[in-house]
Amino acid sequence: MSEVEETIKRIQSHKGVLGIIVVNSEGIPIRTSLDNSTTVQYAGLIHQLTMKARSTVRDIDPQNDLTFLRLRSKKHEIMVAPDKEYLLIVIQNPSE
Amino acid sequence: MADDPPRTPTPSGSRKGSGKKAAPASNKLAPPAAAAQKKSKESVTKSKSQHDAEPPQGIVPLFMATKSQEIYECICDEHVTEDNPYKLIKKADIIQDMKMRAAISDFHPVKQLVLDYPGEELLIAYDPDFKFGQNFFLCTTEEAKMEHLHPGGADAEGEDGVVAAGEEGAEEEDNAVYVYKPPEAKEWVTQGSQVEVEDEIVVDTRDKIRFRASRVRKEFGAPIIFEDRDADTSAAEQGLAASCLACPSYADTNFTIKKAELDNAVQAVPELTDGSSQTDWKHPVTASVQYEPRIISEEEAKVAQQSEEFKQFIQASVPRFELALQQNTIMDVFFDDWTVLGEEDTNFGSKSDSHLKEYQSFTDLQYSKDKTVTCVDWHPQIKGVMAVACCERLTFDERIDNANKLLMSPSLILIWSFADPIHPQLLLEGPDDICCFKFCPTNPNIVAGGCINGQLVLWDITEYSEKLSSNRGNNSKASQKKAAMFGEEIQPETPTIRYCAVSAIENSHRNIISSVDWLPDHYELNRFGIPVENRLSECCQIMTCGTDGHVMVWDIRAPKAPANTKDQQAEKSAPPRPFGVSQVFKHLDLSWKPLLKLSMAKTDSSGDYSPLKFSLAEKQGARDHVPQPAGEKPETTGMSKVPSAKNQRPLECIATNYFLGSEDGEVIYASFKLEKDNETGKSNVPKPTWAVAPHDGPVNTLQRNPFFSDILLSVGGWTFAVWKEGVTSGAILQSACAPKLYTAGHWSTTRPAVFFLGTKDGNVEVWDLLDRTHEPLLVQNVTAAQVTQIVPWVVSKKQHLVAVSDNVGTLHILEIPWNLRHPASGEKQAVEGFFDREIQRIEYFDKKAVVRANERSKEMDKKKAQQAKVEEMTDDALMEEYKAEYDSYKQLEKKLLQQLGLIEEEKPEI
Repeated sequence: MSEVEETIKRIQSHKGVLGIIVVNSEGIPIRTSLDNSTTVQYAGLIHQLTMKARSTVRDIDPQNDLTFLRLRSKKHEIMVAPDKEYLLIVIQNPSE
Repeated sequence: MADDPPRTPTPSGSRKGSGKKAAPASNKLAPPAAAAQKKSKESVTKSKSQHDAEPPQGIVPLFMATKSQEIYECICDEHVTEDNPYKLIKKADIIQDMKMRAAISDFHPVKQLVLDYPGEELLIAYDPDFKFGQNFFLCTTEEAKMEHLHPGGADAEGEDGVVAAGEEGAEEEDNAVYVYKPPEAKEWVTQGSQVEVEDEIVVDTRDKIRFRASRVRKEFGAPIIFEDRDADTSAAEQGLAASCLACPSYADTNFTIKKAELDNAVQAVPELTDGSSQTDWKHPVTASVQYEPRIISEEEAKVAQQSEEFKQFIQASVPRFELALQQNTIMDVFFDDWTVLGEEDTNFGSKSDSHLKEYQSFTDLQYSKDKTVTCVDWHPQIKGVMAVACCERLTFDERIDNANKLLMSPSLILIWSFADPIHPQLLLEGPDDICCFKFCPTNPNIVAGGCINGQLVLWDITEYSEKLSSNRGNNSKASQKKAAMFGEEIQPETPTIRYCAVSAIENSHRNIISSVDWLPDHYELNRFGIPVENRLSECCQIMTCGTDGHVMVWDIRAPKAPANTKDQQAEKSAPPRPFGVSQVFKHLDLSWKPLLKLSMAKTDSSGDYSPLKFSLAEKQGARDHVPQPAGEKPETTGMSKVPSAKNQRPLECIATNYFLGSEDGEVIYASFKLEKDNETGKSNVPKPTWAVAPHDGPVNTLQRNPFFSDILLSVGGWTFAVWKEGVTSGAILQSACAPKLYTAGHWSTTRPAVFFLGTKDGNVEVWDLLDRTHEPLLVQNVTAAQVTQIVPWVVSKKQHLVAVSDNVGTLHILEIPWNLRHPASGEKQAVEGFFDREIQRIEYFDKKAVVRANERSKEMDKKKAQQAKVEEMTDDALMEEYKAEYDSYKQLEKKLLQQLGLIEEEKPEI
C-alpha cells in the first residue's frame, strides 16, 4: 500500500508537475493534489475527453485500445493514462 | 505381326511384264481353292494373243502335237483359227485319250487338272502367238472358260475387259463394217500426273517398327514405389544416363501474344436515398438544471485506493508517466529551431551597431538652461511626449540667500514632444521647485509632483491633452506665419498650466519630497494601511517619501464629508480660484491631508531613516492575483468620495512590504500595514524588519526588475547592488567601487538582465548580468555634465528609446540598439538561473560561515577546557600520574628485554 503512496508521491515531486488526480470509472475523483473545484473540473472534462478518444481509437480498429493521452497547451501539458476502472491525470508545466 | 504384302502365287510361274496385273485381277478373286484346282483342259485351240500377258489364273499353256490335234479336231487353221480359237472338248474324251496314250498324251502334264475339273467340257484355246508359252492353252476353271467363251476374251485387254468384251461382241457383229481392234496395251509413259498422284498417296517411307514389351505377370498390380530424382542435375553427376531431361520453359516467340492495354474505369457510386422525418414540435418549456459534481466520501476513497486493482493500475501506468514527464524536462519537443535560428545570427552581425544612438535632445534656453533636471517621466499614452522637471542648482545655503530671486522665477515642468525640439509643448507651474513627479498611469492627464518644500502638487492637463496628442508641429508654423504678418518675431507662446491642488503645508513633508509614486489601481489602502479592494480600477492614491523620515499615502478623492458648517466656511473664505485652473481637485486644494503617515524609525539606533526612494511590491497592471471586485462599480464620473470602510473588502493577497533607499546609503525593508499594539490598543507603525547599508552614498535608485518582482536594483555612491526580496543575508550581487559616482540607474524594460547606470561625468553604462558582472557591457559618453536620470521607454516595437537627463538642463534621447533591447531566447530563464545560483551561493556561504563559527567556537571551548583541566590537577594527582607512567614504561622495558632474550622468562605468577 505504501508502495502506491510512494509512487504517487514520486510523480508528484517530479519537476514541473502541478498536480495529479486519480479518477474512478464513474468520473469521480478519488485522490487529488489540487483544490476541490479544480479537481472536479478536471475530472469531469478529462474523463469525457478520454472516453471520446478511446472510442475513436476503437472505432478505427476494434483490436486497438487507448493507452496514453497527452494534451499539450500553451501553459501546461495534461497526461492521462486510462484503465478499465481508473484514470490517472497528471498536469505538468514543461520547462520552457 | 506385320504381314508382308500377300502374294498369290500364280499357277504359271512365268510372268510377263509387271504392269499388267490388272488384267488377271478379276481372276484372282477366285477362291484360293481354284489355285489348287488345276484342271487341265484338253483343247487344241489356237490362241491368239495380242500381247504378252501373264497367264491368268485358270489358264495353263498346253502344247498340242499334230496327232492330238487330229484326234480332237482342233487342227490349226482348219478347225481352229485365229478368229475362232476356242474349242470345247469333252472331259471324257480327254480321259480316254490319256488312258490310251498314257504318257504320250499331250494332256499328261495337266492330267490331274483335267481330272479335278468340275465341268464336262474343257476349253482349249489356240494361241498362235505363244502368248502363254505354248500354242494352246487350257482353261482350268469354269470361270475362265466362261470368260473366254463369252464376255471375256483370252487376250484380255486389261482394264476395260468388260467394255472390250462388249466391244468385241459388237465388233464381231459388225465385222462387215470395221474390224474392232481392241486398244492395245502400251507401255505407260509418265506424263507427269504420276507425281501428283504419288503426292496424294500415303506411302510408308520406312518400314513400320515393331516393338514388343513384356513384363513379368506377377509384377502387375504390385504396389508402386516412387523415388525422387532431380530433373536438372546432369547425368554425369548422377552416374547414370539422364533419366529425365528438363524441359524448361522458354519464351517462344512464335507464341507471344502482344498484350493490348485497355483503359477501363470503374466508378463506385453510393446509392443515395432521400429520407426525411418529421417530429412533433412540443411546446418549449423554460427549464433549468442545476448540478453539482459528485464527490465520494473520504472512506470510500480510501477503500478504493487500497484495492488491488488500484495498485495494479498505478504500477502499470506510472512508467508511462515517468517517461512522458522526463521527456518534457529533457527537451521541449515543440521548440521551433527555425525562428530562433535567425535571432542568434543577428546578434553577431550587429556588433558595430551596439551603441546608443543619439536620437534627439531637448533643452530650453529660457527655462531649463543651467538648471538641473530632477525628474523625467514619459507620457504613458501619447507617444513621443515626455516631461522634465527642472530645478535650480543651488545648495541649501545659496537658496536661502537667493530666496527673493527664486520667488520670481517659476518652477516648471516642461513637457516636450518629438515634433518640436526647441519649444516645449506645455509648462506646468508649481509652487516651488519640483523634485519629482509622475503621470497617473490610468489617467495621464493628472500629474502628481513633489516639491522641494515638502508639498504635494497636482496638475490637471485635460484641456491640453488633445493638443499634445495631435501636435505635429502645426503650431510652430501657424505662429510663424502670424509673426511674418506683423513683421515681428513673436515667440510662440507655450501654455502654462498652474497646479490645481496642493497639499496642506502643515500636513506635508517637512523636507523635500524625494519620491512620489501612484499606487496600483487594483487596491487601495485604508486608514490602517490595510489594502482593500479598489472598486474604481483607477489610481487614486499616491505614496510619497521625504527626507524628513516620513512615508505618506495620499488619496486624491474627497475625504468623508466633514461637518457641513466647517466645509462651507472654508469654501467661502477660500480665495477666488485663479482663472484657467481645473476645478476637479478643488476639494483638495490647500487642505489636502495624507491618508497615512508612516515614520521610518531606525531599528537599532534612534532617529529616522531619511528615505530617498521607495519601491512597492505591487506593480501597476499586474492584478492576476487580485480577485475581481464584487458588487457594482461606483460611478466613475470624476472622483467620488472615499468609500466608507464598511463597504470595502480587505485583500489578503496584496504584499504590504516595500523597500526604501535612504540618504545614508541604506536599504530598508518595511511594511506599511499598521500593527495593532495590544497593550495600548493603538495602531502603531511597525518598525522596519531589515536594513543594511551597502552603499557609500545616497541611494538614488531603488527599482524592481520588470520581469522579476522580487529582484531589486539599488544604486548609490560608487556601487550598485542587486537584491532579492526575502534574502536578508546580503545582496545577490554587489559591484566593486566604480571610478566615478553613480548618479542614476534603471532596469531595461525589455531585457531582464540589462540595466543602465549613469555616472557623474556624463557616461551611461550598460550592464548585462548574463554577459559579465565585473564591468559594464558598454560605456558611452552622453553629456559633459552629471547624469541625473535615466528612463528607458518603449515607443514602438522597433524603437526603444532611453531618456537621459543631466545637470545642465538638457534631455538627451537615445535609441537603444537591437542587441540591447531584444532579449535572447531563454534569457529570462538564464537570468532566473543566475539569480538562483547566486542565492544558493549566499546560502552556502552562510551555512559555511555558521559551521565554521561553530567549529571555531568548539575549538575555543576545547582549548579552554584543556587549560582548565591542567590547572585543576593538584600535585598529588600529578605524582600519581607520573608514577603510572613510570610503571607502564617499566613493563614495556621488560617486555623488550625478554624479546631480545636478555632476561629469562619469568614464570607467570599464579
